[in-house]
Amino acid sequence: MSEVVLNTVIKSRGPWATAMRRLWRDRAAMAALTCFLIILCMCLLAPVYAGWSHAEPFKSTLDATIQINGQTVNVMEQSTEGLGLGYNPIGPTWQLGNYFLGADNQGRDVMSRLLYGGLNSFLIAGAATVLTLFFATLIGLAAGFFGGVVDAVLSRVLDILWAFPVYLLAISLSIVLIAHGIEIGPITIESGSLWLPIFIIGIVYIPYVARPVRGQVMSLRQSEFVMAAIGLGASNSRILLRDILPNVATTLIVFIPLMMALNMLTESALSFLSIGVQAPDASWGTIIQDGQGLLYSRPMVALAPGLAIVLSVLALNVLGDGLRDALDPRSKIKLGRG
Amino acid sequence: MLLAITRRLGQMLFVLVGISILVFLIFFATPGADPSARIAGRNASPEILEAVRKSFGFDQPFYMQYLIMMKKIFVTGDLTSFVNRGWKVVPAVFEAIPVTLSLVIGAAVLWVVFGIIIGTVAAATRGSWLDKFLMVLGLVGISMPVYWLGEVMNLVTQSRYHDTWMFSWVPPLGYKNISTDPRGWFLTLIIPWFTLAILYIGLYGRVLRANLIEALQEDYVRTARAKGLSETRILLRHALRTSLTSFVTLFGLDFGALVGGAALLTEVVFDLHGVGMLTYNALLTLDLPVIMATVLYASFFVVLSNALVDVVYIFLDPRVRTA
Repeated sequence: MSEVVLNTVIKSRGPWATAMRRLWRDRAAMAALTCFLIILCMCLLAPVYAGWSHAEPFKSTLDATIQINGQTVNVMEQSTEGLGLGYNPIGPTWQLGNYFLGADNQGRDVMSRLLYGGLNSFLIAGAATVLTLFFATLIGLAAGFFGGVVDAVLSRVLDILWAFPVYLLAISLSIVLIAHGIEIGPITIESGSLWLPIFIIGIVYIPYVARPVRGQVMSLRQSEFVMAAIGLGASNSRILLRDILPNVATTLIVFIPLMMALNMLTESALSFLSIGVQAPDASWGTIIQDGQGLLYSRPMVALAPGLAIVLSVLALNVLGDGLRDALDPRSKIKLGRG
Repeated sequence: MLLAITRRLGQMLFVLVGISILVFLIFFATPGADPSARIAGRNASPEILEAVRKSFGFDQPFYMQYLIMMKKIFVTGDLTSFVNRGWKVVPAVFEAIPVTLSLVIGAAVLWVVFGIIIGTVAAATRGSWLDKFLMVLGLVGISMPVYWLGEVMNLVTQSRYHDTWMFSWVPPLGYKNISTDPRGWFLTLIIPWFTLAILYIGLYGRVLRANLIEALQEDYVRTARAKGLSETRILLRHALRTSLTSFVTLFGLDFGALVGGAALLTEVVFDLHGVGMLTYNALLTLDLPVIMATVLYASFFVVLSNALVDVVYIFLDPRVRTA
């Protein structure tokens, strides 16, 4: 039998295939990925759910009625506390498609808002991550590779952004931009557009990624294979794209889930402070804010989106840990500040 | 040595000036953001707008406005609010500082103590169910939005379980002065302390565990083992000490940011009128002088704690001293 083994050529796996196999065997990371995908798919089905349940997720429907156990019930019921003045939205019915999680103070179906809100939360976190990684890579590559004046200028700018507490910077930008929108040359972003939070969150976290990328590029710049490429007369763009970028790629990939987790938390915080996603759009942060006034009477309005955030962010963090272990066990990317 | 300190100071100053210019630009040079329009109100006539512009000094060039503002903050200290005219900004910031300091220092004590305990226990029992449990707990802490956690805490302690023996001691939201009512001060802050600390307990516990496990691979640990020292002593006296250097770095940065106003969300949820709350209220009315003062104050703390961390680092890690 041993001859057979000798005759077969053992093809070694590439680094990417090895990493994928490692990730595939990491049960915690796979469970997290599954959990994340399930939440994402549920949110993607938001229009389907809203159409099926006939409850209005965005317009205020104070006079709506629903059927519970054959009885017709108002969505906004007369308050029984105190003098009996004012109205309370109904609590969770726990019947899918029938105000499952109850209504908010506009009589809107919380469950369907939760799904739509999740869609926005994911969209903003994802797009902001793309934006951050793109610009951070550009800055990191330029500063790390060219050094000198380029590095000095870029690094000082990063220093300033770094010393600016993230939430304060994001809040300052939001306050100014949310009211007026922004016009840079041909690009116009209307106030209330989802692009504003994407743009703001994307900018704020650039130093977090650009700094490690810059450091890595600087050490790669001194490595033998880059020296060899320079010696062979390769152009700067070739060296950057063919030699350096592939070596930074693992770092960037590990950053994706971690940045998404951070962005989701930031987006929800901005929306909670009512300077993120603007009404009538929803995100998990705005729903928590809707629920703040109802906290003691209808806590589910604030609890449900919070739990959704915790689950999604937790899944992303676990996935990020798994990715880091799989791709680059020795790396020391740490996130979570801010 | 003197040169290094001078350089560090120069760097600090540069960052501070940079931040003040950045904030100024965000609020004055952003297209569409005209502060005089906000002050004058929605349907102000052009004459009123012009008058407001003149009286607040918006008709002067940007660099003059900037310089006047800096002079009023640092030299004369008589900067007044745009929204409540006559309200002095610098004293308002100083009034808010004790509230923020009370919140952040208490939380910092909690997160350092629990972070070290969790990190050390997890590293000592690495691979066991206890280690896994603690690390998952830490991740949950990191993944929770702090304002939401605060609301859940309020729901439990102020409403749902307030009438039971567990939380009947929790006073209503708000801040009590430490010098006039120390007991009330302590009781009102317990819940906010834990709420703010939970994120950092998770974060620091995880970082410390990773560092400890790395340190336990080092040669000096092998030497200590060869000398026959107990595992506990090696962990606490040898590995923990070197691992604390990055712990201190993180602590300096986080503490500085929180004192500077990053505890804003916690302050808003628990109705504590600290620096973060002051900033938040100013942001809602676009009260530029107040924002300018609080953000400068915030970045001052961040930059200062960065510099302090560098110094403490030298004391903790002899290797840095000689390098």
